[in-house]
Amino acid sequence: MLLYALRRFGLALLILIVAVTVMFLMIRAVPGDPVQIMLGPRATPELQARLTAELALDQPVWKQLVIFYGNLLQGDLGIDVFSGRSVTDIVFQQLPHTLWLILGSIIWSATLGIGLGAYAAAHPNTLIDRVTAAISVSFVAAPAFVVALLSLLVFAVHLQWFPAIGAGEGFWDRLNHLVLPAFAIGLSWVGYIARLVRASMLEVMGESHIRTARAFGINERRVVMVYALRIAILPVVTVIGVGMGFLLSSAVFAEIVFARPGLGKLVIDSITTRNYPIVMGSVLISTGLFVVSTALADLINAWLDPRARTAN
Amino acid sequence: MTDTLLEIDRLSVDYETARGDLKALRDISFDVRKGEIVGIVGESGCGKSTLISSILRLTAPNTRFRQGEVRFKGEDLLQLPERKMRDLRGADISIVFQDPMQTHNPVLSIGQQMLDIQHRSKASKADKRARAAQMLGAVGIPDPEARLAQFPHEFSGGMRQRIAIAMALMSEPDLLIADEPTTALDATLEVQIIERLQELQQEFDCAILFISHHLGVIAELCDRVVVMYAGAVIESGDVREIFHDPKHPYTRRLIDCDPGHIKERARVLPTIPGEVPDLANLPGGCIFRDRCDQAMPRCAAEVPPLAQLKEGHHAACWLNHKEAAE
Repeated sequence: MLLYALRRFGLALLILIVAVTVMFLMIRAVPGDPVQIMLGPRATPELQARLTAELALDQPVWKQLVIFYGNLLQGDLGIDVFSGRSVTDIVFQQLPHTLWLILGSIIWSATLGIGLGAYAAAHPNTLIDRVTAAISVSFVAAPAFVVALLSLLVFAVHLQWFPAIGAGEGFWDRLNHLVLPAFAIGLSWVGYIARLVRASMLEVMGESHIRTARAFGINERRVVMVYALRIAILPVVTVIGVGMGFLLSSAVFAEIVFARPGLGKLVIDSITTRNYPIVMGSVLISTGLFVVSTALADLINAWLDPRARTAN
Repeated sequence: MTDTLLEIDRLSVDYETARGDLKALRDISFDVRKGEIVGIVGESGCGKSTLISSILRLTAPNTRFRQGEVRFKGEDLLQLPERKMRDLRGADISIVFQDPMQTHNPVLSIGQQMLDIQHRSKASKADKRARAAQMLGAVGIPDPEARLAQFPHEFSGGMRQRIAIAMALMSEPDLLIADEPTTALDATLEVQIIERLQELQQEFDCAILFISHHLGVIAELCDRVVVMYAGAVIESGDVREIFHDPKHPYTRRLIDCDPGHIKERARVLPTIPGEVPDLANLPGGCIFRDRCDQAMPRCAAEVPPLAQLKEGHHAACWLNHKEAAE
C-alpha cells in the first residue's frame, strides 16, 4: 500500500510538471505584448523596459521557464504587477473560498446521489426507481450557470432565504453564503452520481459472490452495505476525483454569478488584464488541486480494493 | 420415518418472460438420502441451476413455483418464511458454486469472509478464526493461519475452490450442494478436488447433491444419478445401472459422447444432433423426440411417464413399455 501510494504521488508530480509547463508555454503564445497591455498605452518606455526585465520577458522562453521553476521551488509565484503583492499570498487568500465551494458541492451531491442510486438499485423497475431516474436525468441536463442564475433569482431575490452575493464572515454566515452556489454547481452531480451508483450497484448485485453471501445466510443488509456497496462505490470514487476538475470550472460560473471571491473569478479577472503571474499562480494551484484529488481517489480505491493495490 | 433427507416432489418452475412462461422445470421428482451422493447430469440449460436455486430459494425475481414441493427433513422449503429459510442456508444446506474465480467477494479477505459466514456461532472472534484456519487446513491449504489475511485474487483457482468447499463444510451441513465444482478447473485439479470431496464426505457424513455434466466424475463419485433433459428428469437410478444399462436413448447418447468412453480414434467427436426444444414453446409428446433416432408415432402423441423399470431405476421412454415391441 505504501509503495503504491509513493508511486501514485510520483506520477501525480510528473503530471503536474507537464501540465504547468504546457500552460506556461501556452500563455506565452498568446499574441500581443503583455507589458503594453498591463501598463496601458500611456506608459513610458523606461517603465515598460523595467517591467519587461522584472518579468524576465526579454529572456528566451526556455530561460523564462527555468527561472519560473526556480522561483516555484522556493514557493515564489512572482509579484502582482498592479498591487505589488506576492502572488502566492493573493492565490492562497482566494483558494479557501473555492475549496469550500467545491467540497460543499461534492459532499451534498455525493451523499444524496449515492443514497438515491443505492435506493433505486435496491428497488429496480419500481415506481420509485423510475421517479429517481427522471429526477436524475433532469438534474444532469441542467447546466450549472442556468441553475445558478435561477436559484439566485428564486431563493435570493424573491424568497430572500439566502444571501445573493459575497462569501460572508464567520462560520455560519459563510455556510449560509455557500448554500446557493454549492446547490447550483452540485445539482447535476446528484443526478450523475445517482445514475452511476444505480448501474454499478445493479451490476455488482448480479455477481456470483453476492449469491454466495446469500447462500450462507448472511443478512441482506450486510450483503448490500458491505458485500456489494464496497465494490459498487469504486467507480464513483474515481468519478468524484476527476469531477473535482469539472467542479473547478463550474465554480467559475458560480463565483461570477454570486460575486464570490475565489480562484475562478481571480483567473478570469487576471486573464482579461493579462496579469501573467496571477494567471500562472492560480492555474498552478488549480492543476495541483486536480492532480491531488485524482491521486487521492486512486488511493481511496486502492484502500477499498486489494486488487488495485497489487496490480502491476 | 425413513432416512430421506431431501425430497423433490413433482416440482415445476417457470420463468416469466416477455415471450411467455419459460418452463424451466417440469414435474421433477427425486430424493436424496442421508449421507448419500446423488449426481445430476445434463447439458447446459437443462435446468440444473434452476433446480439448485429452487432448493435454496435463491431464485431470480421472475421465478414462479407452479407446483410441487421441496421437502427437507420433511418440511416443505417452498412454504417456509424467508427468515427460516435464511436460517437453513449455510447451516443445514451449504453450496459450492461453479466458478471458483467469481465465488468469493474480491474486496474482503478470506478470513473476513470465513468469519462472516459463522454469524450464527456464539464463539469468540479468535475461536472463529481458529476454526476457519482449521477448515482451510482440512482442505489442504498450506499455512492456513497466514493465508486468512489474504484476498481471493492471491489464490489459484484450485485453491479458491478448496476454500469454497471449506466454507461450505464449516457448519457441518446435512446436505452439500456442489454445482459443477470442477468444471472451471483443469483435469488434474478436478481429480484432487473430487478425492478431497470424497474424504470430507466420509469425515463429515453429509449428503451431497453433485451437479455435473462430466459423466466420468459422476460415475466415480456418486451412488445414484438423475439424468435431466430440457427441464425434466428422463432417467434416474443406481449409478452402475445407469451406466451399464441405460434405458433412455438420451442417456445412452450422453454416455456415447463422453470422451472417456470413446474407444476408437476419431477425427470428429460424437455429438447428439439437434437442439434442446424451446422451453417457452414446448412441443407435445416426448421432449427428446426430435433428436431421437428411435422415435415412434406414440412419442409425438403422449409424454412418456417416468416409470419404474426395476427397484431403483426409473426412465421416461416409450421404448421400455411392452407396447413398443408390437
